[in-house]
Amino acid sequence: MATKTPVSTTINGEPVEFLCEPRQSLLEVLRDTLHLTGAKEGCNNGNCGACTVILNGVAVDSCLVLGVEVEGAEVTTVEGLACRNELHPIQQCFLEDAALQCGICTPGFLVAAKALLDKIPNPTEEQIRFHLAGNICRCTGYDKIVKAVQHAAQEMAK
Amino acid sequence: MKEIAYAAPRTVADAVAALKQANGNGKAFAGGTDILVQLREGTRNADVLVDLKKIPEMTEIRQLPSGDWQIGAATPCHRIESTVPFAEGYPGIIDGVHIIGGWQIKGRASLGGNLCTSSPAADSIPALIAHHAVVKIVGPDGSREVPVSEFCTGPGKNVLKPAELVASFVIPAMLPNSSGCYLRFIPRSEMDIAVVGCGTTLTVEKDTIKQARIALGAVAPKPVLAEEAAAWLIGKPATIESFEKAGEIARKAATPISDMRGPAEYRTHLVGVLVKRSLMTSLRRLRGERVDVLHDKLV
Repeated sequence: MATKTPVSTTINGEPVEFLCEPRQSLLEVLRDTLHLTGAKEGCNNGNCGACTVILNGVAVDSCLVLGVEVEGAEVTTVEGLACRNELHPIQQCFLEDAALQCGICTPGFLVAAKALLDKIPNPTEEQIRFHLAGNICRCTGYDKIVKAVQHAAQEMAK
Repeated sequence: MKEIAYAAPRTVADAVAALKQANGNGKAFAGGTDILVQLREGTRNADVLVDLKKIPEMTEIRQLPSGDWQIGAATPCHRIESTVPFAEGYPGIIDGVHIIGGWQIKGRASLGGNLCTSSPAADSIPALIAHHAVVKIVGPDGSREVPVSEFCTGPGKNVLKPAELVASFVIPAMLPNSSGCYLRFIPRSEMDIAVVGCGTTLTVEKDTIKQARIALGAVAPKPVLAEEAAAWLIGKPATIESFEKAGEIARKAATPISDMRGPAEYRTHLVGVLVKRSLMTSLRRLRGERVDVLHDKLV
């Protein structure tokens, strides 16, 4: 039995403590230990972006972060986007604009789009496509996703 | 991934000690975007991962009193490209840093990791070579400096000895009337591995080329300098015709393989095209133009 390390961190604004083995990714810890199953395991090698979380203000693939690394960090997952019963404007626009089909990639896109709009509140279409290039969707063809992010940017500027 | 231990030392000396103690079974761990995948897939093995990101010197980017820049080897790409004075002074290095994977990868991936993975197609290496970058290597027997151009020895192979690590890069101050560029050819615009990569720097005075340096990626077992082409440029007029001729000469430095990314003949052809365009972009930049290589219509 491998030694487990205690880790204290902040997830979606709440202090969280967990035990994990050094080999476990942040994605495994989120899903299997903390039961935050919003982040999805797609490729598990940093290509698909379905596991995107915001770590200390930076969008990262949680499959390429170790759980032990987030000691003292601030993590935002897709579960942290909505505020009580209010969807985040990005989530609302994805729904209204039908920017999803099967939905597996959606949490990653939502979190990456949140990180993008935090950094660039009014991005051009090219900036959206560049920043979302690390998120793969095999259903929508991306146009509806890009339009939903543009729509969300407009809503958030109101 | 199999069981593994994790160490997060606070100094370079402690990191070297941890690697030495692991007796060949320790791996330096910066952004993890290569090593975690390799450990999972079983293409590399380790008993201990030595995290370098808690070592202040390894995650700093700063200008030295000499005007040179020092970049900690574990500094993530996103921080390098958002360090405005560096990014404005070295657009050629930023061209490469900007396209190492997607946004999530750049949040973690580092120059040290890109170099130590030693892929012939690594996106940051050709521009670093073109800018005369040097790495500081620290190991059990002390520290040494190695030019980036001499670091890689073959695919996945480099000059690091057991328990040594790359601590930092020093990138010399830019000469006046100089700039650089890195171009990568891929079938799309993001998230792919170079078919060919080309990094250049150029110094021009009164329309005459004073210095040039050309480094190529993905056309040999390691990133290579096109020395004959660069030497030919000295004293020539800074024109597209000169750059085209340099591109033709640079093709001789390419010894590519054929693989799923392209046949050898195609890669050799691309060397000429990228060398010409990269030199032309370097020229436009040293004349004060801002060129975004991802969106510019290049000649």
